[in-house]
Amino acid sequence: MASRLSQWGNDLYTGKRSYDIVGNRRRWYAISLVILVLSAGFLATRQLNPSIDFRGGAEFTVTGVEDTAQQPAIDAVASVDAEEIPRVSVVGGSAMRVQTGDLDDTQVREVVQALAAAYDVPENEVSSSFVGPTWGKDVTGKALRGLVIFLLLVSVVMTLYFRAWRMAAAALVALAHDLVITVGLYAGIGWEVSPATVIGFLTILGYSLYDTVVVFDKVRENTDKVTEQKRFTYAEMANLAVNQTLVRSINTSIVALLPVGAILFIGAFLLGAGTLRDIALALFIGMAVGTFSSIFIATPFEVTLRQREPAIAAHTERVLAARAQAAQAGGDATATGAPPVVVGAVMPGAHLGTRAQPKRRKPNRPSGRQS
Amino acid sequence: MRTLVTFAVLVIALFAALIAGNVWGNASLTPKLALDLEGGTQLILRPTAEDGERVTEDTIAQAIDIIRQRIDASGVAEAEITSQGGSNIVVALPGEPDDETLDLVRESAQMLFRPVIVQAAPTPVEDASATVTPPAEGTEPADASDPAWVTQDVLDQFNAYDCTDPENLAGGAELVGDPEAAVVSCDQNGAVKYILGPVEVRGEEIANASSGLRTTQTGAITSEWVTNIEFDGDGTVAFREVTTRLLNLESPRNQFAMVLDGLVISAPSVNSIISDGKAEISGSFTRESAATLAQQLNFGALPLTFEVQSEQQISATLGSEQLQRGLLAGLIGLVLVGVYSLAQYRALGGVTIASLVAAGLLAYGLIAVLSWTQGYRLSLPGVAGIIVAIGITADSFIVYFERIRDELRDGRTLPAAVEHGWDRARRTIIISDAVNFLAAVVLYFLAVGGVRGFAFTLGLTTLIDLAVVMLFTHPVMLLAARTKFFGQGHRFSGLDPVRLGARARYAGRGRVVVAGQAQPADDDLAPVGAVGSDEGPRRATIAERRAAARLAASTPPAGAPPGAGAGPGAEAPSEDPADGAAQDDVRTDGKDA
Repeated sequence: MASRLSQWGNDLYTGKRSYDIVGNRRRWYAISLVILVLSAGFLATRQLNPSIDFRGGAEFTVTGVEDTAQQPAIDAVASVDAEEIPRVSVVGGSAMRVQTGDLDDTQVREVVQALAAAYDVPENEVSSSFVGPTWGKDVTGKALRGLVIFLLLVSVVMTLYFRAWRMAAAALVALAHDLVITVGLYAGIGWEVSPATVIGFLTILGYSLYDTVVVFDKVRENTDKVTEQKRFTYAEMANLAVNQTLVRSINTSIVALLPVGAILFIGAFLLGAGTLRDIALALFIGMAVGTFSSIFIATPFEVTLRQREPAIAAHTERVLAARAQAAQAGGDATATGAPPVVVGAVMPGAHLGTRAQPKRRKPNRPSGRQS
Repeated sequence: MRTLVTFAVLVIALFAALIAGNVWGNASLTPKLALDLEGGTQLILRPTAEDGERVTEDTIAQAIDIIRQRIDASGVAEAEITSQGGSNIVVALPGEPDDETLDLVRESAQMLFRPVIVQAAPTPVEDASATVTPPAEGTEPADASDPAWVTQDVLDQFNAYDCTDPENLAGGAELVGDPEAAVVSCDQNGAVKYILGPVEVRGEEIANASSGLRTTQTGAITSEWVTNIEFDGDGTVAFREVTTRLLNLESPRNQFAMVLDGLVISAPSVNSIISDGKAEISGSFTRESAATLAQQLNFGALPLTFEVQSEQQISATLGSEQLQRGLLAGLIGLVLVGVYSLAQYRALGGVTIASLVAAGLLAYGLIAVLSWTQGYRLSLPGVAGIIVAIGITADSFIVYFERIRDELRDGRTLPAAVEHGWDRARRTIIISDAVNFLAAVVLYFLAVGGVRGFAFTLGLTTLIDLAVVMLFTHPVMLLAARTKFFGQGHRFSGLDPVRLGARARYAGRGRVVVAGQAQPADDDLAPVGAVGSDEGPRRATIAERRAAARLAASTPPAGAPPGAGAGPGAEAPSEDPADGAAQDDVRTDGKDA
């Protein structure tokens, strides 16, 4: 498998095999638009399911339970407050989590007693927590502020690094795309949104950008002196870059998804609801979407933006005109018709300094290397 | 090589420090765990000012000090009190604290000014012969300093009271006492005990307090540290009355005590009548103690109530289960990544695994040392951060290896490819790590709750990733490139130029070494100016025309061996890998590297 993949990688690198990702960008835009609409639909219909940290209320954890049936918990809570319908879930192998709305201190004590009796455990195995109603707002506000500050900082850093605001803009568009889809799909799955999920969403910011930066680095390398040659358009060089980093992108996302998948698996099947599961799901979706967008959205969008630039537009026009002319005039065998095979950036070499020149071996020096 | 030694020294020093700390100090070899893994109770409090004023960071710091003093005095060990996001206070208590301890945490603190009536040594006195004799029953006290406040009950309490007992230094609402009666109170350090009169000025009546060097009336600045208090309108009037009365009283009744949270923080004597509401407290202050007093007074000026945002109890068994499962997840992730990189990169995967192990060691050592020196605690989101970082760290190696492969495909020899690939990969790794680190820092500083632990480990591992790639992976690659196995591109080394389809490379003296793909070297690297000249259709280069001619000549006999000639057709890239040439290529350059 590996050798076939590396052969495929070679072909991608040399351009022998090339997927016209940038050229077909309308198709990718359409696909991601569909996913975006789907996510928005999930958000609108199923909505995010806020956890107790956002709703506020009381939470009881019963540990050391032998029978993890839910009905005893529901009955126990009902015996204290008949109108309260608790959310009950299993945590880990032998613990129950019971969440209710706001209860006062005496009610909390009664519920603890009732739960201990219902599950036949000593009272100290039942722990209670309380979350104030404003706490969730605090978390959300902080997260939003973090998002805005992070975006501002990152736009500055990216603009400085790539010395092109269009790249930064394209990266941010890809980022927004990832975030919306991740949140939407998370809502679709319907797990609770806890602060851990919010952490996951915020981490996606870093990851998505990280992925995009690696691809853009290659794009920049390939298109560095694109206007100084007349063979390839900007779009073609950018497409080459995407193809060349394709193997790396796939390897990266698999390697990043493996540990996250492990947490997700452990979290979902062994631990039940909790920090690890929520964080892992958010990250898993986000990383997968991030890989998609770094290949199919970020670079094509960057090219779309870039082609508005007069210099690049003029250059593209010149290259295409020259190519059409050549195809018209020379129906012969010269290799100019179809986009030819390309390797690396097309740029002239540079003098590497005198040290790169061949040296004559000094006769009186002992042979062999001295280290 | 030298960097590798540096790295080894760094890791060894880290662990040596940890072990030394463990043997001679109080360091533990494992990192301390946060509440969600260890079990315990966590309270998140939001201090709010009564009159809706903005709560400053100074006030929060002071509130934390007060809570810490209360908890420490109540005997709960290892409580952790931190401010979070600049507006919340997180109190983490291990185990299952009782309701009294929890109440201690939740209560608000008050500052009151009371006159001193009796002052004595902190220890309890058996003999009831105090400096004052209780007045006859029914005597109405004339003013707040009147010894008539000291009834027999108060006196008995005073005599029995022990200010050296830490429990009496905890502070808290029950020590504040009735504002309209005399109370027994301790100095905050437990050095003196007092009987204090009723409250005369309240903390809210302080407008502002500051510390600084004393300025004389002529405006000259002395080297004496003082604390300045400014009262508001009501406070000025009240304080003028107090100082007028106290000025002529004998010691210790000429003192007024500032009582914060039931403890006397300072009891200066009155030297003059303060009529403008601007008092100056002098004494043997250092810069710190003057500043502390000012901070305490400011805190008193803004009475805070603590609103409980969330109260969480985590049982110890649940915590350890979470930790175990989390570590299991990490292990599975690590093994999967290892297997995948071995499959993908053959022997190079070994370098990845070694680097991951090195990063893991470094991360473990750093977290253990941080938890020892800085009191850092590993939480469940922190564990998640570390596991997620496995992927991000491994990615740096992938970026690097893919770059080396790219360079090999361009026809470089391995040592040259490692050098060149590193140059380019380094930039990519640095910028992408920078983005990640930026995300972690922003998350950390704006975070609430568990986000912090996650952001911290994510940021830490990003830095570790950078260190490992620079100090470990790259030097190891340089060393590996010298070995025969890697240097000559063994099939399983993951760096086999033939498999990678290394391309033609100009080998000097007009020779072109053709490797994986037979393409004339000048096709891709033709001088830019030579193609697509502005007049008319593009004319083929001489080489291209010759190639076309040769192709035309060789086409009729279809069986001509492809790749055999030095320059096959330009648009007919041969599939023949031409193994021998590639091997030759490697060896030629291997010598002078």
